[in-house]
Amino acid sequence: MEEVLITKNVCKSYSNHVALQDINIAIPRQSIFGLLGPNGAGKTTLIRIINQIIAADRGEILINGEKLNPKHIREIGYLPEERGLYKKMKVGEQLLYLARLRGLSKPEAVSKIKNWFVKLDISGWWNKNVEDLSKGMQQKIQFIATVMHEPKIIILDEPFSGFDPVNANMIKDQILELKENGSSIIFSTHRMESVEELCDHIALINKSKNILSGPKKAIKDDYKSNTFIVEHKKMLGSQVNGYQVISSETLEGSMYKSVIKMQQNDSPNILLNELMKSVEIHSFMEKIPNMNDIFITKVQERASNEK
Amino acid sequence: MKNNTLLVIQREFITRVRKKSFIVMTVIGPLLFAAMMLVPIWLALRETTDERIVKVKDDSGLFTQHLKESSGLIFQFTDEPDDSLKSKVLNSDLYGGLIIPNINVYNPEGIQFFSSSNPSLEVLASLEQVIEDRLEEIKLEKSGLSRSRLDSLQASVNINTINISEKGEKETNAGIATIVGYIFSFLIYFFIFLYGAQVMRGVIEEKSNRIVEVIVSAVKPFQLMMGKIVGVASVGLAQFILWVLLTIGITTLVMGALDLESASSPQMEQVMQQSGEDFNKIKVAQTMDNVLQLPLITIIIGFVIYFLGGYLMYGALFAAVGSAADSDTDTQQFMLPITVPLIFSILVLSAVLKEPDGSLAFWLSIIPFTSPIVMMMRIPFEVPAWQLGLSIVLLVAGFVFTTWVASRIYRIGILMHGSKVNYKVLGKWLMMKQ
Repeated sequence: MEEVLITKNVCKSYSNHVALQDINIAIPRQSIFGLLGPNGAGKTTLIRIINQIIAADRGEILINGEKLNPKHIREIGYLPEERGLYKKMKVGEQLLYLARLRGLSKPEAVSKIKNWFVKLDISGWWNKNVEDLSKGMQQKIQFIATVMHEPKIIILDEPFSGFDPVNANMIKDQILELKENGSSIIFSTHRMESVEELCDHIALINKSKNILSGPKKAIKDDYKSNTFIVEHKKMLGSQVNGYQVISSETLEGSMYKSVIKMQQNDSPNILLNELMKSVEIHSFMEKIPNMNDIFITKVQERASNEK
Repeated sequence: MKNNTLLVIQREFITRVRKKSFIVMTVIGPLLFAAMMLVPIWLALRETTDERIVKVKDDSGLFTQHLKESSGLIFQFTDEPDDSLKSKVLNSDLYGGLIIPNINVYNPEGIQFFSSSNPSLEVLASLEQVIEDRLEEIKLEKSGLSRSRLDSLQASVNINTINISEKGEKETNAGIATIVGYIFSFLIYFFIFLYGAQVMRGVIEEKSNRIVEVIVSAVKPFQLMMGKIVGVASVGLAQFILWVLLTIGITTLVMGALDLESASSPQMEQVMQQSGEDFNKIKVAQTMDNVLQLPLITIIIGFVIYFLGGYLMYGALFAAVGSAADSDTDTQQFMLPITVPLIFSILVLSAVLKEPDGSLAFWLSIIPFTSPIVMMMRIPFEVPAWQLGLSIVLLVAGFVFTTWVASRIYRIGILMHGSKVNYKVLGKWLMMKQ
């Protein structure tokens, strides 16, 4: 798969601390890329560098193979975490202003904004005052401002904060649609369930370093621990023919739920066979690590390594 | 992306011009200015129409038929007893009654003035003056000196100041020049603060609104800052031009109406002729004449240049202060370096006036931080072209310098939230690489 954005050894330091160290990431075309990391890891710095708000000290950024330059402002849409609108302006003219700053002509901008109004169910808002809108409504306007110029790369920093579940779903559908239509989305968030749900690729940045990156599926496979969750009747001993039973708890009735670790490279069928000899199986499921676990494990691993 | 600066300017201009406060200021300003110009003229013209009749009972016989009319006071002599005079003052529209007992010329005591209203100090003074004049005349006669002889002894000198330049000779008037200088100096001071503060508040608004990050992802911080400064400047200029046009409009309209009125009312003309009080009209015409004698074109052009130059220089600093603050209250600590030179310029104006060509005036009108205000004070007194040129060049240099400094603080400041900022931090931002 072709990459729409590549960063090569990007470094940035401020007078009193290092914000980014040799960041190498590659964002495939038409994907949703999760940019993860604890607070203060350097995500915002990286995003600002891609947006050309600040410049990297070293390293380079390629967009479609071309070195990042002011022309690319037109190709990028940015929804910052700290975001807002001019309170005293009307919704329509505000969006028009932002669209024209991104290089759209006036008639082009007007028709695109109107299209988005229809899509997000807010037609007739053109002349509303921003200060009369609720926070959630303002978020919709900000979302339109981010995507209305049809950017190839869309950077969303915590896009769902402040939305109620209905509107969050609406925005989620729009994000997926944008991806279908060919955009690549960089998605920075702390909410791992949305990463789980939306992202194809991820990069984890911790303390200014990129400690993990790749396709989500591959990463999850890497972190598989070959453990299985089994629901069964009758109790299990602590060993099942060489397989380690990590935990076992009683459910309602005479049901038990056990977590069993298998040797690597073994097939689950062998474990199943062994189990069937001693208990009655009601369910059998591989335990796949979720992003939340991986995130916490990786970040803590680093912290303990440093000590 | 140059286009973007233009878009920012446009937005700043349109959102500000549409505000109610702009419209209100635009209407009220010219009304105030017109009133400032018209009220004194109107008062001067009106005074003559007000005649006050004073009945005089003169027991001494020294004053009868010898009191001259003065500032609208008309004297009528009578022999009525005191009481009936007093009741007449109460019950008729007489202005007052003056009772002069049989007094000694050398010790005039016991003169009384009755009036149903409190006479103004001015009226009282002119009453005293009239009586003193008559007494002096009597004393002069007694000492054998006639009034005409005394008048011929008195000297009266009136120096006309004439300004010589290559273009020829020109009459000047220091008083008018002073007033005009003060007005324009204060206007510049006022405009710099007014519009500078607008730039600052605009920056704080963008920062606290959190819209700034979206904007700077499309516009360079320098473009955003300059766009805002220029946008607000164009609002200021638009307001100034509207003020000038509206003030001229209102003044000519009202003047026209006043002239028409006085021409069409024969009564008033009569009064004026009778009292020989064309004097006021002449005074008004003379003042106008003196104003026209000033280098008006230079003053207007100078005002525009020094307003823009001074505003641009300070505007950039206001923007930097705004970028370092999270709210209006945070700006206080950084305002000092901006306000001190401006207030100093205003305070020093009276010293500049004493010697508009002195070295203090010269240096302060050359140094960019004080020149906008101080030079405006000097221009009505005519400033050599080379000094104007030097001052303007340095002002432009000053503006480039402050803008450079401000933009380096601004680009960092707008993205910093909630951090405690002091001068040391500002210095760090200034040196920081992008």
